[in-house]
Amino acid sequence: MKIALPTTEKDLDSPLDSRFGRTSYFLIYDTEGEIFRIVDNQQILNSPQGAGIQAAENLAREKIDCLITVHCGPKAYRVLSAAGIKVFHTDESSVRMALEAWKNGKLTEADSANVEGHWV
Amino acid sequence: MLKVTGCSETVQEICSPISALLQRDVNGADTMMIAVASGKGGTGKTTVATNLARVSETEIYLLDCDVEEPNDHLFLKGELKREVKVNMPVPTVDTSLCNGCGECSRLCAFHAIVSIGTHPLVFPELCHGCGGCVKICPTGAISESPREIGTVSTYQADHVVLIEGRLTVGVSLAPPVIRAVRDRIPPGKTVILDAPPGTSCPVVASVRDADILLLVTEPTPFGLNDLKLAIAMARELSVPHGVLINRVGVGDSRVHDYCQGEGISILAEIPDDRRIAETYSTGAMVIDTLPEYRAIFQTLLNDLLTGSFGIRKAT
Repeated sequence: MKIALPTTEKDLDSPLDSRFGRTSYFLIYDTEGEIFRIVDNQQILNSPQGAGIQAAENLAREKIDCLITVHCGPKAYRVLSAAGIKVFHTDESSVRMALEAWKNGKLTEADSANVEGHWV
Repeated sequence: MLKVTGCSETVQEICSPISALLQRDVNGADTMMIAVASGKGGTGKTTVATNLARVSETEIYLLDCDVEEPNDHLFLKGELKREVKVNMPVPTVDTSLCNGCGECSRLCAFHAIVSIGTHPLVFPELCHGCGGCVKICPTGAISESPREIGTVSTYQADHVVLIEGRLTVGVSLAPPVIRAVRDRIPPGKTVILDAPPGTSCPVVASVRDADILLLVTEPTPFGLNDLKLAIAMARELSVPHGVLINRVGVGDSRVHDYCQGEGISILAEIPDDRRIAETYSTGAMVIDTLPEYRAIFQTLLNDLLTGSFGIRKAT
């Protein structure tokens, strides 16, 4: 199972980025083999509009199964839902702690966005 | 481009903004348009634009292009003659015809239509109405339906015809509404255009192809900084331009020095007078309440219309 988390740095102890579409990186964690890799989000971070939509499209292309994120807006949520990607909200501070909480069943699957969208 | 239905008072207009922009024959040779703009907000654009229109002795059009917060009507107090909705064409997908190829999604620079190997999701609030997705769809699954983005209202206040654009709450696309305002000018008219503040897309959409651009500023460091941006925009657009300095007496001489150094005409100056602000705050017109200022606006309008400043109508 592949899990994506928005991060500000490039390892398991990185703080989670509170932004989804405009995160610095995504850490993609594979539960098979417990390995991870980093996807740079720089290009999307700097796009004038639709960052959440593009980030969600990217995760769909990466064949991600679930997303653990601090925030997720309504447009991104629509794309993630259409791609069948499950969304879990967390307020854990690091990637490692968020993954731990997820493994221990402490995170519940979101059925909606948890922040308002931007107008553009 | 124009579809009109319904009664004469309320018509529905469907504009295809980007193609309309490319095809537009902006104000013809017989129209005279004076645009009033400023880099900095709150320098007096509305005061200048409304008083210039009011001081005219013959019919004149006043366009309120500050569509995010139009306020010229508060001063002109005209009678509402006509209200027109401005619609943007946005895509609608017939999922029975869609094969999920994703061509629309790859084409759309605004991510307003997104396909992830599925039937596309549409985000109308991101759509700029270019119609590209309709054209590229190989199965003809995409059609367009109107999304209301604003209103254009026409008021008559004595000899002033005020055309006001108003962006619908929650919509961020000001330029198509501004173009809809400009499209309502009949040929051969004299027009004063009250532009939004700043130098971004809505301002460019407002002042593009104006015959003369009157930049209102104040003699402060903020006024100077934003005036420089506005001058750069005017030069980029090749619009003939001059400066009106408002609130002369506050600040310093740097705006005057800058204009002189750059060879930019100072077309008029209005002194810093608390009574002007008081008049404005009650919704009254300066030339009515403080007749001693009538001559400034009268002379300015005449000079702008006759080209006395050496700033000639654009050709």
